[in-house]
Amino acid sequence: MKRVAVIGVGLTKFGELWETSFSQLFVEAGVKAINDAGIDGSDIDALYVGNMSGGRFVDQEHISCLIADHAGLTPIPATRVEAACASGGLAIRQGVMAILSGMHDVVVVGGVEKMTDLVTEKTTQTLATASDSEWEAFMGMTFPGLYALIARRHMHEYGTTREQLAMVAVKNHRNALHNPYAQFHTEISVEDVLRSPLVADPLRLLDCSPITDGAACVVLASEEKAREFVDSPVYITGSGQASSTIALHDRRSITVADATVNAAKEAYARAKRSADDIQVAEVHDAFTIGEILAIEGLGFFRIGEGGRATEEGETAIGGRIPVNTSGGLKAKGHPVGATGVAQVVEVVLQLRGEAGKRQVDADVGLAHNVGGSGGTAVVHILEKG
Amino acid sequence: MGSIPRFWRNMQSRYNLIGRRCTRCGEVYFPPRNFCARCRRRGELEEVQLSGRGEVVSFTVIRTPPEGFERQAPYVMALVRLEEGVMLTTQLVDVNPEEVEIGMRVESVFRKIQEDGEAGLIYYGFKFRPVEEDRP
Repeated sequence: MKRVAVIGVGLTKFGELWETSFSQLFVEAGVKAINDAGIDGSDIDALYVGNMSGGRFVDQEHISCLIADHAGLTPIPATRVEAACASGGLAIRQGVMAILSGMHDVVVVGGVEKMTDLVTEKTTQTLATASDSEWEAFMGMTFPGLYALIARRHMHEYGTTREQLAMVAVKNHRNALHNPYAQFHTEISVEDVLRSPLVADPLRLLDCSPITDGAACVVLASEEKAREFVDSPVYITGSGQASSTIALHDRRSITVADATVNAAKEAYARAKRSADDIQVAEVHDAFTIGEILAIEGLGFFRIGEGGRATEEGETAIGGRIPVNTSGGLKAKGHPVGATGVAQVVEVVLQLRGEAGKRQVDADVGLAHNVGGSGGTAVVHILEKG
Repeated sequence: MGSIPRFWRNMQSRYNLIGRRCTRCGEVYFPPRNFCARCRRRGELEEVQLSGRGEVVSFTVIRTPPEGFERQAPYVMALVRLEEGVMLTTQLVDVNPEEVEIGMRVESVFRKIQEDGEAGLIYYGFKFRPVEEDRP
């Protein structure tokens, strides 16, 4: 495919941001991205917003309009994109396609979620709507529960150990120490994970990403238009998206993330790249087992080898393929609709050489975002200009 | 939940494990579907009574329950593959969580799933338990 430039990025702090409202979050990230790009509001042709559940979290639908309004961007077209936790990644893809279609030259893509206005039980229930409401959630299944089923089966089939799962969280917490935007700046040990309360056996509290408020934003532009603003932008060179069954019980295999495999295949083909070319990756570690499934499904490691690779430090900063240098969903935080956009922001910072103490040496990076228990996956490949 | 028609539509399947089978390709669907994902427009679905016997593919113990399940926690949730080949999500009952294992043979029972508060609807449906004859 033709490449699309990322000319600006912006993030809010991720965390429990009691004092900040839904629209304030988005505007803050948006202003940062637009300043970073050095463009003016009048340069923007369209707006895409990833958001999972404004309706349940803050009683607000029609958020595309709300954001265009509060960001002072009316009358440009504003569109909300929803695919549970993959909403942000899908919004990026919509922005890419809007530019590749020739319809627009400069598009702002944001993701936002305000999750802490609800009590935890309501939040749990809202997240469970990403599963099959009638045949999973109705029966008493929870979101951590679904990933627990995957984890137990992965351990059974491939000998993945409880400690290896914990090592994903330990690594991502260590990475987050150097990310000023991360929710947690706390180093944890394998023992801490194994001593944390059980949520859904075998998964414990420190296997789970937290409940987070936050927003992320990027400015995309066609290659021609980008030259007016930036000398050497980072480019999105590949995009892939795939669907699988919404319910885990309808999946052919629960230990192979087939939507991830298919989305990656498309993204690699469009970028004319393979898994071996990727030098830094942000993947969807909503639960520790999620990162194992991701690094296997994306082709970094063979199916069943993700746990061992993690244990041997291959995914750590300094390892063969650093994964989740930002701290991942686990430690950076997981404002569901913002996550997919924030992942792209981190890869851009890495490729620009602006990632501070967590900087790795990379020319080609990848962002991988998953909705539900694996029903939707979206993969983007980014490269230095 | 809270919607009577919404529950009523699924009652046959939830009470009696009625699934669907495609008369063209033989694929069995549970939860039931109205459209064969393999044959699409060429497929035709008929009702099929499922055996209610199968084995545990994976399981977990829910310790942070959603609303409506607080009094049941901790409880075992499992993926069960039925003899007909389809898999479903169900609660496992009449068993200690420590005794559950992958491959365990289980059978369906009719139980209360949840209720809408003190004066609301009571939802019934299938749960699964270890096969009686396997018990020591």
